[in-house]
Amino acid sequence: MNPNRKDLLGIQDLSKEEIGEILTTAESMEEILKRPIKKAPTLRGITIANLFFEPSTRTLNSFALAEKRLSADSINLSASSSSVLKGETLLDTAKNIEAMEVDIIVIRHSTPGAPHFLANRLDASVVNAGDGCHEHPTQALLDLMTIKKKFSKIKDLEVAIIGDIKHSRVARSLILGLNKMGAKVTVCGPPTLIPQWMDPFESKVEYNFEEVLKGKNILYLLRIQKERQKESFLPSIREYIKSYCLTYEKLKKFASPDVVIMHPGPINRGVEIESRVADSEYSLILNQVITGVAIRMSILYLLSKRKIDGFND
Amino acid sequence: MDLTIKQPHLFDPANGVDEIGDLHIKDGRVVTNSSASSEKEIDARGLYLLPGLVDIHSHFREPGMEDAETLETGSMAALKGGYTAVAVMPNTNPPIDNEGVAKFIKEKSEEIGLCRVFPIGTITKGRKGKELSEMIHLYEAGCVGFSDDGNCVEDSSVMRNALEYSQLFDVPIIDHPEDTTLSRNGQMNEGVVSTELGFKGIPDVSESSMVARDILLSRFTKGRLHLAHISTEDSVHYLKDWKTDRITAEVTPHHLLLTEDEVKTFDTNTKMKPPLRKKSDLEVLQKALKEGIIDAVATDHAPHPDYMKEQEYTIAPFGVIGLETAFSVLYTNLVISGKLSLAQLVKSMSFQPARILNLPFGEVRDGGIADFTLIDLDGEWKVDPSNFASKSKNSSFIGWELKGIVTYTIVNGNLTFREGEFLKS
Repeated sequence: MNPNRKDLLGIQDLSKEEIGEILTTAESMEEILKRPIKKAPTLRGITIANLFFEPSTRTLNSFALAEKRLSADSINLSASSSSVLKGETLLDTAKNIEAMEVDIIVIRHSTPGAPHFLANRLDASVVNAGDGCHEHPTQALLDLMTIKKKFSKIKDLEVAIIGDIKHSRVARSLILGLNKMGAKVTVCGPPTLIPQWMDPFESKVEYNFEEVLKGKNILYLLRIQKERQKESFLPSIREYIKSYCLTYEKLKKFASPDVVIMHPGPINRGVEIESRVADSEYSLILNQVITGVAIRMSILYLLSKRKIDGFND
Repeated sequence: MDLTIKQPHLFDPANGVDEIGDLHIKDGRVVTNSSASSEKEIDARGLYLLPGLVDIHSHFREPGMEDAETLETGSMAALKGGYTAVAVMPNTNPPIDNEGVAKFIKEKSEEIGLCRVFPIGTITKGRKGKELSEMIHLYEAGCVGFSDDGNCVEDSSVMRNALEYSQLFDVPIIDHPEDTTLSRNGQMNEGVVSTELGFKGIPDVSESSMVARDILLSRFTKGRLHLAHISTEDSVHYLKDWKTDRITAEVTPHHLLLTEDEVKTFDTNTKMKPPLRKKSDLEVLQKALKEGIIDAVATDHAPHPDYMKEQEYTIAPFGVIGLETAFSVLYTNLVISGKLSLAQLVKSMSFQPARILNLPFGEVRDGGIADFTLIDLDGEWKVDPSNFASKSKNSSFIGWELKGIVTYTIVNGNLTFREGEFLKS
């Protein structure tokens, strides 16, 4: 990784080489996770604050576990327990945390650019754990690693991303990552959930679900949120299920026999994915979860490297 | 004589004045052919003397939000930018929806004695868009126009009635054209960049559709309509095709010079309403100003304190300041580059906005009101927030290198700004 890199804010500003290095490093981290004693002293003395202003189970726990596995000291701050409720600004909250000699701040926030805002104003490293509908780079990296492990390559794979593309930070980061690594992307969903301007994201648009299933190596399903109905993006969830739920029957009928299914979780069984598909041999959904810990270990290690190397000298 | 300005380049596009000569002022008016000597003289060789600039769209935040700006700091910012008259929007707290607040603003600014400040009254009580304000009371208290600025009058019947009732005095109804059912929760222009950044967008149609409606209502009622801060290509098209002599429009310096690409920095000084649009919109706006489809440049000077702007993009308030940079950013980037003539720029910043509000300013002529700006067009400066006279520093042009330094500002024949110093009359 670029030795001067302080922060990991998005896939947008990562080079192909940096992505490659993160994935390779994550592979050796995964070995640690398979040992009987799953801990390494790599980040001993490094302090990490997990600052989560949006509810999260998977990502927060994944980061927390990655930090523990590498022996970092970490604290968790959620919006419900922080001073944000008392009217403190984000910058003041972050500066207070930094004042306690924290080395890395992992932040999830509902505003696009909130991690970038902090990164420009703090000496601590900032890792984006999801900023609004903008980016979710660690998710994209773990997805790329899952794909690479399965196919031994990423280049030239045909990937369909299906669901609410418009409101998905996962889709944005993943498309950028797949573009950089040379895969071919098609997005699919009802027109209200696909942005009118896809220019920044190299992809084909296909509204027809049955068509999009054909000839793909990977079907990546996104979670459909119930609120989309209230905001009139969808007439009903029932109608979404009718047209876009991946059923075992449709999978068998239209998709390639060697296709794999991915999903960032949490899944809505019976909405975007039928239970039988989620639990089938096609599914890589649980592989994504374990890979997630390894990817986060890799990122935290690479960002701390400057400091650790400097200390050892 | 009270004051003689020696040998400036007199420049008044409205009267075709473009020559070097002395200018004499007595009792706040221009006097020609005087042989009497003056008490005071300004050596203005090498400076341009322009009609004092007139801003028809500013926010001075007083009463109610004095930590952002006051009538005094706003007036200072105006003078420093070459403005001698400013119309202030009524989204104060309380709003200018009664004659008490209007009178407070007029009287307090007169007491401050720096620049002329004119209140704009609300169209509806509390800017709520439901019941018309007491426009006769507001007019008599000195309001020069009516606007619910920041809030579009979305109820078309209310807008129709406002356009009819205001014909009692022939002052403009100034609408902020925005269909909020389309722009709700939007943070920036909807398009390529909002898609990339994951922001909810403010589509251009949320403005253009209201511009079309407002124009149609003005044509229907014959009411005087002024459209605030036009920002889209379609708005310009509707104006071009359907404008009447009862309709005028303004554009801001930031919409003439900046695009949505600026938002990629997540700098909240790129957040304003209407939002920065695409490059093609910007080009259409520049051309429309040149061709007179858009009548005036207005700053939409919208001060916000640092602690409010130094926040997450979605939480930070909309708006940027503009009085101190407006002339120089446009002179440097449109006039020097040849996209607009100096005459067109000066007219759109003085004579034209004055006429929209029926104010007798914007000219350099015998017997005319002595409101002037003396500018060193070759003077170079860099926009540095620590030098702003405004109480707030939220400018979109921080760090820009500009040409055109306001050296003196004269209001009603009195020198109120001299080389960085404010002089109360």
